[in-house]
Amino acid sequence: MKVLVSVKRVVDYNVRIQIKPDGSGVVTDGVKHSMNPFDEIAMEEAVRLKEKGKVTEIIAVTLGGAKGEETLRTALAFGADRAIHVKEEGEIQPLTAARALAAIFKKEGAQILFTGKQAIDDDANQTAQMTAALLDLPQATFASKVELDGTKAQVTREIDAGLETLEVDLPAVISADLRLNEPRYLKLPDIMKAKKKTIEAVSFADLGVEAAASLKTIKTTPPPTRSKGVMVKTVDELVSALKAKGLV
Amino acid sequence: MTTKSPFYTEEHEAFRTQVRRFVDRECAPFIDQWESAEELPRELHKKAAEAGLLQVGFPEEYGGTDGADLFYGIVLTEELARAGSGGLIASLMSHGIGTPPIIHTGTHEQKLKFASPVIAGDKIAALAITEPSGGSDVANLKTRAVRDGDHYVINGSKTFITSGMRADYITTAVRTGGDGMGGVSLVVIEAGTPGFTRTPLQKMGWWCSDTATLYFDNCRVPVANRIGPENAGFMAIMMNFNNERIMLAAQAYAFAKVCYEESLAYARERTTFGKPLIRNQVIRHKLIDMQTRVEAIKANLDLMTWRVTQKQMPIAEVCMLKNFATTNLEYVANEAMQIFGGAGYLRGSKVDRIYRETKVLTIGGGSQEIMKDLAARQLGY
Ligand SMILES: Cc1cc2nc3c(=O)[nH]c(=O)nc-3n(C[C@H](O)[C@H](O)[C@H](O)COP(=O)(O)OP(=O)(O)OC[C@H]3O[C@@H](n4cnc5c(N)ncnc54)[C@H](O)[C@@H]3O)c2cc1C
Repeated sequence: MKVLVSVKRVVDYNVRIQIKPDGSGVVTDGVKHSMNPFDEIAMEEAVRLKEKGKVTEIIAVTLGGAKGEETLRTALAFGADRAIHVKEEGEIQPLTAARALAAIFKKEGAQILFTGKQAIDDDANQTAQMTAALLDLPQATFASKVELDGTKAQVTREIDAGLETLEVDLPAVISADLRLNEPRYLKLPDIMKAKKKTIEAVSFADLGVEAAASLKTIKTTPPPTRSKGVMVKTVDELVSALKAKGLV
Repeated sequence: MTTKSPFYTEEHEAFRTQVRRFVDRECAPFIDQWESAEELPRELHKKAAEAGLLQVGFPEEYGGTDGADLFYGIVLTEELARAGSGGLIASLMSHGIGTPPIIHTGTHEQKLKFASPVIAGDKIAALAITEPSGGSDVANLKTRAVRDGDHYVINGSKTFITSGMRADYITTAVRTGGDGMGGVSLVVIEAGTPGFTRTPLQKMGWWCSDTATLYFDNCRVPVANRIGPENAGFMAIMMNFNNERIMLAAQAYAFAKVCYEESLAYARERTTFGKPLIRNQVIRHKLIDMQTRVEAIKANLDLMTWRVTQKQMPIAEVCMLKNFATTNLEYVANEAMQIFGGAGYLRGSKVDRIYRETKVLTIGGGSQEIMKDLAARQLGY
């Protein structure tokens, strides 16, 4: 069984995000980037399924500029067999990503597309769902457990009310939540071997994909800073302050 | 990321990310606990091996990672240092000084027996050169090994031995021949050998590293445990020192960097006289003086490391590097303490620990005075 894993290059989760002075976005120049943490979890799941003999080939896909290659090398070090780089500079909206992933999924004849539930840069949480819709395939998002059984997948997913278990026919789209697994440490020999694996570069034109322009970013601003608190001396004072604010 | 150095590739950076994750998850939260216990848990060695940390610099045939140049060792040191404990690096990596002589001069069987299990994190290695009668004058060490059939009978003692309490395999310098450097051999002494005992030492710093004095009382060690030819140990020890000194310089660099980063963050956060500390020119200048030294150590360190990867033997330059790095660490740690004020003087802060651990770096692995003397001799003075 062939599976596709989409991996995105994002600003590292440890970096304190800074807004560009003109409000046109966040500062990314000279800032540490890494693989979207949810995509690492998706990668790890695919590799574990391969180690269990349920998956035979893992193809990692990224979309974006030249530096996306670093993210693909990480995926190859995880254990992807090969990688596809949809090399396009500039903003890529979720619908565009979904179109490209759908095109590759079809071309490769894959059985599962694994994605992270969302990317920590724009937190859109749309690509997996849109890709499933474009391919007219079942989807199981926010997976916390995945079991493959021949032509079906049993997926436990995290929902507001608790856990829900779905059974989906394959092919299908599955997005990974935080508790699905804990990604492994990449070993140095695997990091070095990843350098020798192949990365195929394709463009939107090669895939017959048109970039969507359904979203427009108007302005990027930092979240409001927390205003200064007040010290209360007694519990009574606290209760009346909360009452005055209509909080109790 | 834009490349800031010709010596580091994307693979080095990918490795850094993994080590950082390991340190954040498996080391930093437990450091205080290990410091109080005055040793590292054995499982840590296994975990570190599973994460690929112990393999750097060792051949694949014995479980290591081929093709990992010395710069990976620097990345490893730099990231381990972020936990703020020199003892962690010294003890977790004691195989970095104990095992190379086996790899360089041992037989295939010796490597399988004494190196592979250590690189796999199942056993712990140490190097024992220093004796109570002195560490600087290696050529005149006194621990004696007398041949008796298939065994050496060893009498004497070693002190200041890193990982000495827990080590399973101790690469030990003994006198098998006459006086001076031509009478020294290396033998591996195994834990549990009758006649071998050890006691722990309490120290100013490096608390989580189990430093020990080792005693050999008619301790019988198979001749098969000798590494390399008889009486040819001195050269092997000296070669080993060269790498050890580069790694000690790397530690000094890494801890200077931690001091700088901690101080910068503190100076931004701490308010005195109604404004952040960093808004005082005096403090900004301190920070710049610290960072200037950090950058200078790094430049020197990277260049010497590169020369070693090119199979050069810049002995004098490595001595000078070790001194330059460790004395500048003293300067930087001192300034960091000053910026932290009373908070730095409290037990438990990274700056407190690093400050207490500066001296071991100017003494261990060849003291400052000995380094200067060796460099001067190498340069033909
Ligand atoms: C925490 C710690 C861990 C260590 N781990 C190990 C280990 O794992 N294995 C190991 O073998 N050793 C280890 N050492 C020992 C270390 O290498 C020695 O302490 C060091 O080599 C100095 O030897 P010494 O302490 O006997 O000092 P000495 O040789 O007694 O020297 C004392 C002082 O005199 C100076 N001096 C000596 N001779 C001269 C001279 N001719 N001219 C000018 N000045 C001179 C020295 O520079 C030093 O300042 C460790 C030490 C420490 C503190």
